Amino acid sequence: MIHQSKSHESAIGHVTGKAVYTDEQRPPVGMLSLYPVMAPHAHARIKTIDLSGAEEIDGYVTVITASDIPGINNTGVILADEILLPTEEISYWGQAVLWVVGETDIAAQRAAEQVKVEYEPLTAILSIADAIAADRFHGQPTQISRGAVETALAQSDHRLTGALEIQGQDHFYLETHTSWVIPDGEGHFQVYSSTQHPTETQAIVARVLGIAKNQVVVTCLRMGGGFGGKETQANPFAAVAAIAAYKTGQPVRVKLKREQDMILTGKRHAFLGQYEVGFTVEGQITALAVKLYADGGWSLDLSPPVLLRAMVHVDNAYYIPHLTVQGWIAKTHKVSNTAFRGFGGPQGMVVIEEVIDRVARALQLPPEEVRERNFYRGSGERNTTHYGQEIVDNRLDRIWQELLDRSNFSQRRSEIAQFNHTNVDKKRGLAITPVKFGISFNKVQYNQAGAFVLIYTDGSIQLNHGGTEMGQGLHTKMLQVAAKSLGVSLQRFRMMPTSTDKVPNTSATAASSGSDLNGQAVKDACEALKARLKPIAARLLELPEDTTLEFAEDWIYYTEDNARDNKRKITFEAVVQKAYDDRISLSATGYYRTPTIFWNPETGKGNPFYYFAYGAAVSEVEVDGLTGMFKLRQVDIVHDVGESLNPLIDRGQIEGGFVQGMGWLTMEELVWDDRGSLKTHAPSTYKIPTIREVPENFNVHLLQRAAQEGVIYGSKAVGEPPLMLAISVREAIREAIAAFGHHPARVALASPATPEKILTAIEQITAEVEIVS
Amino acid sequence: MTDAVQSHNLESQILEFTLNGQTVRLSAVSPTMTLLQYLQQSGRSGTKEGCGDGDCGACTVAVMGQDAQGKPTYHAINSCLIPIGAIAGRTVITVEGLAEAERLHPVQAAMVETGGSQCGYCTPGFIMSLFAAYYGADGAIPDETVEGNLCRCTGYLPIRRAAQQLSQQLSQATLNQAALNQAPLNQVTPRDRFSAQLANYAAPRDDFAYISPTERFYRPTQLQTALELLHQYPDAVVLAGGTDLGLDLSHRRRSFPTIVALEAIPELQEIQQLENSFSIGASVSLSHLKTKLHGYFPSLDEMLVWFAAQQVRNRATMGGNLATASPIGDLPPVLLALDAVVELVSLNGVRRVPIAEFFTAYRKTVLQPGELIRSIEIPTTLTPQTTQRHSQSYKIGKRGADDISIVAAAFTIDLDAYNTIVHARLAYGGVAATPIRAIEIEQDLIGQPWTRETVRACKPKLRDCFTPLSDLRGSAHYRKTLVANLFEKFFIDMGGR
Ligand SMILES: Cc1cc2nc3c(=O)[nH]c(=O)nc-3n(C[C@H](O)[C@H](O)[C@H](O)COP(=O)(O)OP(=O)(O)OC[C@H]3O[C@@H](n4cnc5c(N)ncnc54)[C@H](O)[C@@H]3O)c2cc1C
Ligand code: FES
Ligand code: FES
Repeated sequence: MIHQSKSHESAIGHVTGKAVYTDEQRPPVGMLSLYPVMAPHAHARIKTIDLSGAEEIDGYVTVITASDIPGINNTGVILADEILLPTEEISYWGQAVLWVVGETDIAAQRAAEQVKVEYEPLTAILSIADAIAADRFHGQPTQISRGAVETALAQSDHRLTGALEIQGQDHFYLETHTSWVIPDGEGHFQVYSSTQHPTETQAIVARVLGIAKNQVVVTCLRMGGGFGGKETQANPFAAVAAIAAYKTGQPVRVKLKREQDMILTGKRHAFLGQYEVGFTVEGQITALAVKLYADGGWSLDLSPPVLLRAMVHVDNAYYIPHLTVQGWIAKTHKVSNTAFRGFGGPQGMVVIEEVIDRVARALQLPPEEVRERNFYRGSGERNTTHYGQEIVDNRLDRIWQELLDRSNFSQRRSEIAQFNHTNVDKKRGLAITPVKFGISFNKVQYNQAGAFVLIYTDGSIQLNHGGTEMGQGLHTKMLQVAAKSLGVSLQRFRMMPTSTDKVPNTSATAASSGSDLNGQAVKDACEALKARLKPIAARLLELPEDTTLEFAEDWIYYTEDNARDNKRKITFEAVVQKAYDDRISLSATGYYRTPTIFWNPETGKGNPFYYFAYGAAVSEVEVDGLTGMFKLRQVDIVHDVGESLNPLIDRGQIEGGFVQGMGWLTMEELVWDDRGSLKTHAPSTYKIPTIREVPENFNVHLLQRAAQEGVIYGSKAVGEPPLMLAISVREAIREAIAAFGHHPARVALASPATPEKILTAIEQITAEVEIVS
Repeated sequence: MTDAVQSHNLESQILEFTLNGQTVRLSAVSPTMTLLQYLQQSGRSGTKEGCGDGDCGACTVAVMGQDAQGKPTYHAINSCLIPIGAIAGRTVITVEGLAEAERLHPVQAAMVETGGSQCGYCTPGFIMSLFAAYYGADGAIPDETVEGNLCRCTGYLPIRRAAQQLSQQLSQATLNQAALNQAPLNQVTPRDRFSAQLANYAAPRDDFAYISPTERFYRPTQLQTALELLHQYPDAVVLAGGTDLGLDLSHRRRSFPTIVALEAIPELQEIQQLENSFSIGASVSLSHLKTKLHGYFPSLDEMLVWFAAQQVRNRATMGGNLATASPIGDLPPVLLALDAVVELVSLNGVRRVPIAEFFTAYRKTVLQPGELIRSIEIPTTLTPQTTQRHSQSYKIGKRGADDISIVAAAFTIDLDAYNTIVHARLAYGGVAATPIRAIEIEQDLIGQPWTRETVRACKPKLRDCFTPLSDLRGSAHYRKTLVANLFEKFFIDMGGR
């Protein structure tokens, strides 16, 4: 069952509507609801708050303000800079000033509508450019560097400079943020939260309540999508509900409306990238200086590691001998940006792919040739990143060649040239782009995991591990790992909700590392149990205790017997029952930490990644020159998931990640007005892809013979890397735009490349002439 | 209370409907509570809320109704937009109602097998869209079936595979049954309890009125009754499909003291082919319209493809689209370019208003209190001397499918035998406070040859015809460019060179 396509362990629950999410549990008696009062300013001082109107409303219970917080009024995770409930200052448009507690959802909403708050508006910093001008940053700039960039730039055959703005992205998980907090009256709090990081949610709830962590249990049943948006972002909502539960002594729930969710929660960071690149006449990049500015928003949240990941992915698949990348986190009066699938990596890669395209067009070379020419390859320095990690097991060339073949790239390129020659108003574009993505948390401490496996005397098993399920299929894979390790069938297992009282001190389910880390921990626990069961089985089979036995298919076999039918064997149940009778423990914890990784933040050097995931994608688009509308015609992907634990799930991650990335780069446009108010806070205005934008012709191939050494059953992480395959769509659009001009030396294209922006780009290239110095 | 209402004796304190085969009887609930709110409050949590806006499809349920030919069928609709009053007397199926004990419905089984669910939160909505299509499909479940369902996890590919797998099963079943001569081809193919239920379908034919402590909900069957109710309750709000009004209920949780629903009035549901026109009842659903008028007006066909998504089209009406008078409504440009006439009715009688005079200002129309749109008439006659008509519409949004227009446009050009323009209509949405025609350009074009030179020559002037605003969807510059470029695109699409 390992390495086989198994449907999601909750698939039947999903399709029948029986799978329970946080807000769908049986409500406890007396549960109250929360509703926020949101500030209509990006930056303001709170002058007065008048609750009299709210108190009139039927079903109004109370409000939660800063003065109700028994512990610390702060939910910051890296820095304590994130006030949960403001006392004086509003830091972003829509920030919750206070929360109304009502007997019902509607009562809370109605009462919240009656709360009157007076503000004194203050000037707001609303963009990266504003922040740069005002010198407003979170912390100090950081830098990673190799070689002597200035000298190398000066000595390059050619040089180019440029800048690129990359907009953010809303997670748009289908289930909005939800928390339930149930106080037991004895000072303990059971929290149900749609959180990717129960341990952190537990810590934050304990912090705001001023109690020890052991008083708080956080449980995540499953999430209706996460994508990084529930890594830290779940914390404040759980915290507010906990304070309300503390204050009222009753269970309290919060479930955000879509619009609240989009306004109140952090997004993918917008970035500004500025670059200067030096290159040879053949298109070999010799030097690159990049400045990356991330829009951190009002508080720090996870911005430093997001920026760091952008900085260590600004090379993508390319060897750049002299490279300096500097990073800043702009401090703006906007929602605090956060983790989102790829965690800064995608923004870094969009910058380098832009640079490569500039180089290619300046030299009038096909972009794919310039890409390939610059790949990491060989060994030693030529195959080592700017942060000093050698790329062991580099699969870039292999994947690239395989994809060029499979996608019939060169033939299609000439067909498209023909099409573009005969069509004036429509042009097609074809592009291939690579992905190399580092796997492991950059923060070394996070690279550990725990599991807890309990066997009952009837042979049924409960499986606990530290990871959360948000649709990525982690639980399914963990069941496969456990079933394989114990040699039993999947039906024996019950997957338990992720809970901090089962596996403590866990890491966020993030950085694509869920299966790698938890899989090893699960296996470790299962191996421990097997080690206890084996001597018992041997005794029951009347063999010496140290005999080699095989656990498979719910039996324990004596391997030395040849013919399977005649093998001596005993059922798993019998051995379990006997273990109990012999007073052998039937539960075990498992633990894992990733070996060999290290990182020195001072020098910006190290081996931060256990390994790299690779892939490449070819996209073909057609652009309408009169409207700027584009159509994605075909996608071909070769992606490396090692030896897949579950091809159905891995394929799902690749397809889903690609489409999500395509949305980010082409249609998902976050629009703020000049007062800092988010205008795109609903699916009517914020457009994620529908089925119509996904081409019929979409071919995904999993790289074969690709087992990854040292990773659970030879597999590889798959959650984030495929998102960046969608950069091929952006580059294909650029190719099509170029075809409207006469070999333009540059095609500037905004991100997202909406129809309007595509049309602007077409208008520009028909005018622009670039001079290469 | 009017005589009309009293004589029908239609007031009731009970609201009744069928949910997954069981009768639900409610009293003292607000009729403007949405069906989704009801489902959630009653612990039926399978149906999800992803937006409350009609845009994500997570709340999709199936309601029994009739297809354009009058054949009983299931309609996928957004339960977040429909007030529970409108559900009275109807049969609703939710995701919980599909499986029999442990046996999954084929739609569910296909989605499990193809990996169609990841986080599963969108899944019930997809299941219900596919379910509705399964019984209406003529052997094929196209992408369109689920275009109103957003999924953030899968990228839709496994869902498309599930739909294709189901399509294969359906066409195989149809073939088998035809071969065995078991059933005429026009009968619902999958034969199970859901198709059996369809066979027994009867449309609600009686007047319905439900009075809660705070609100009244009327669903009369006679136009006259509706008009009398509007007269009697000046604060009454008319409900057609509710895809505009529903936003007030779902989002702002507004309640209305009196609602008069139009959907049970047969007169408003008719499409008639007259000698020189088609007359379209104001509350014909856009889905029916799409099927029934297919092939008659290319610009209408095209616009209906891009109008919202299936769930919304199953409820939305032309009357609602006109009465709501949104400057970015998609049907007004089409109707403007076809010189439609709006027929209004009140207790004072009937009046006919050319569509060009219907919109008076931003979200304002000539509709008077107590007045209803009865029908929309689209002429089929061409200008004399015309030998060829070109007519098409365009909708530009950030996303192709299910997006609100940045600019919508519809064009009609009639040509004589010498390729000379004898009649021109250039109509737009999204560029002014109301849907609007470029009348000056239309006049300029008359007598000119239909060539690219003519089209190109009018573009600069066309570009500056209107002074659109910049907003979150697009800049004024882009809108102006589109106004001109879409006309050229039209020329090209019509085979011009
Ligand atoms: C997700 C979504 C997508 C949408 N996409 C589009 C789109 O692509 N293009 C577009 O144009 N619109 C779109 N809309 C808006 C809406 O669907 C249309 O305007 C629709 O035509 C409204 O019709 P309805 O029957 O649902 O109107 P209702 O909501 O029932 O009514 C709308 C208004 O018209 C009045 N009214 C209705 N019928 C009559 C009548 N016969 N006489 C007098 N007054 C009447 C009502 O009182 C109300 O004020 C969308 C809406 C949603 C929720
Ligand atoms: S909840 Fe999103 S369409 Fe109804
Ligand atoms: S499966 Fe998660 S949104 Fe569709």
